[in-house]
Amino acid sequence: MLRETWYTLIDFVRTFGALQLFFLRLLINSPTIILRRGGLVVKQVYNAGALSLVIIMVCGLFVGGVLGLQGYSNLSKFNAEDSVGTFAAFSLLKELGPVITALLFAGRAGTALASEIGLMKATDQLSAMEMMAINPLRRVLVPRFLGGVISMPFLAAIFSVVGLFGAHIVAVNLLGVDPGAFWQQMQSTLEISDINEGIIKSFVFGVVASLLAVWEGYNAIPTAEGVSRATTRTVVITAIAVLIIDFMITASFI
Amino acid sequence: MIDSSKGLIEIRDLDYSRGHREIFKGLNISIERGKVTAIMGPSGTGKTTLLRLITRQLVPDHGTILVDGIDIAKLNQRDLYKLRRRFGMLFQNGALLTDINVFENVAFPLREHTRLPNRLIRHVVLTKLHAVGLRGAADMMPAELSGGMARRVALARAMVMDPDILIYDEPFVGLDPISMGVIVRLVRKMNDALGISSILVSHDVQEIATVSDCSYLISDGKVAASGSPDELSNTSSELVRQFMHGMADGPVAFHFAAPNYAEQLLGRDVE
Repeated sequence: MLRETWYTLIDFVRTFGALQLFFLRLLINSPTIILRRGGLVVKQVYNAGALSLVIIMVCGLFVGGVLGLQGYSNLSKFNAEDSVGTFAAFSLLKELGPVITALLFAGRAGTALASEIGLMKATDQLSAMEMMAINPLRRVLVPRFLGGVISMPFLAAIFSVVGLFGAHIVAVNLLGVDPGAFWQQMQSTLEISDINEGIIKSFVFGVVASLLAVWEGYNAIPTAEGVSRATTRTVVITAIAVLIIDFMITASFI
Repeated sequence: MIDSSKGLIEIRDLDYSRGHREIFKGLNISIERGKVTAIMGPSGTGKTTLLRLITRQLVPDHGTILVDGIDIAKLNQRDLYKLRRRFGMLFQNGALLTDINVFENVAFPLREHTRLPNRLIRHVVLTKLHAVGLRGAADMMPAELSGGMARRVALARAMVMDPDILIYDEPFVGLDPISMGVIVRLVRKMNDALGISSILVSHDVQEIATVSDCSYLISDGKVAASGSPDELSNTSSELVRQFMHGMADGPVAFHFAAPNYAEQLLGRDVE
């Protein structure tokens, strides 16, 4: 029992170290790919970002709507329903925007990345590139990683904006909150540092989610079972990592 | 036996294990320039592993692999990639990139390695596709191809950088007789017309007999026999005869190692 725990611990430390080295290799190769093979990155921004837009916008709209409802019903107990705009803006920009976007991103784009890379490995496409003297890390992994990193902050921003729109529809158009108060209170209480916190979070989550997806796909056991396990692990590990890191960043801003 | 002292690819005293399983122990093979060399052996003898060792996708535990006199274990990544440009490899399933069409698959190495204008790339790709008879399939996606067609496209892609050495991993598996005949003829034609050397891993004895100049039969991590197809089929070795004539039982046992049959049926092995 003790020995098993020890081996698991060693295994974890080894994997974590390998993940960091892998991250470094991605970073070192990134500038060349951006400068020389920008087209590959743009294609991946389309795959990870543009194709995730619909799910992000639909979810953002409803999350914003729920914030409008909850904010109104709770704040009205204190006659503070005019603050529902501020309430929604703080929730969305600082927390829900980056976190939910990262979770949705892991489910939509992360799984697609992990399974695509895993299947490329299982069908020898990565070995074939190696044999054609083409480094799969540079040709396949770096553009996909960068595509995710670039897309995430934009997706989180779009999520927050659509969410505010949803909150506005519910609070102002349906529940009758004064539109002037809705926007004015938001404007006077929100600071630029609140927005920065959201931007930093979304960027960090983008790095984490893309890194884990690419890593899991690249290290998948090249069988049907291995690829499906890698896909599942991508979502689970990204969700855990995002929530832990969210706590850390939030703590550092207080 | 073939003299293994000089050749395009020299494998000397090669040991390789995966986990606790020894795959090769003291393997010696010499692949000659301009010839079609076949590597045969029962399933699970590590034929594909050997190809991966020759191209340094895997690293041996012991022993050397020389390609044109260069010890590939000592190459850094840049030199290794330079050497790999001299190889063309045909994978068992073709390994075509599934997100681009046939034309782009064949053009892929050219676009990655050269700055040739599109017109020239088109010319080269169509020439290679014509050589494998699939110029008409240029716009098809890999998923639309049959197994034989995918392998021919992969062959066109393997040739597109004009390699010195073409490596075929089980090129005949799962093909209908017509496709198989086509591939057999292509292997020979490419080798002779382009003046390259070919390495062919397979266990299809009949096809190898028609296409190869010399063959190695690997068993138990070593070369069990080598020579021309005629020499192999007239050998006195039990193992070679079993393999060449496809006999179910012999030195390579039909039964995987197991406890005594009667004892196991009576449940005595559990006690």
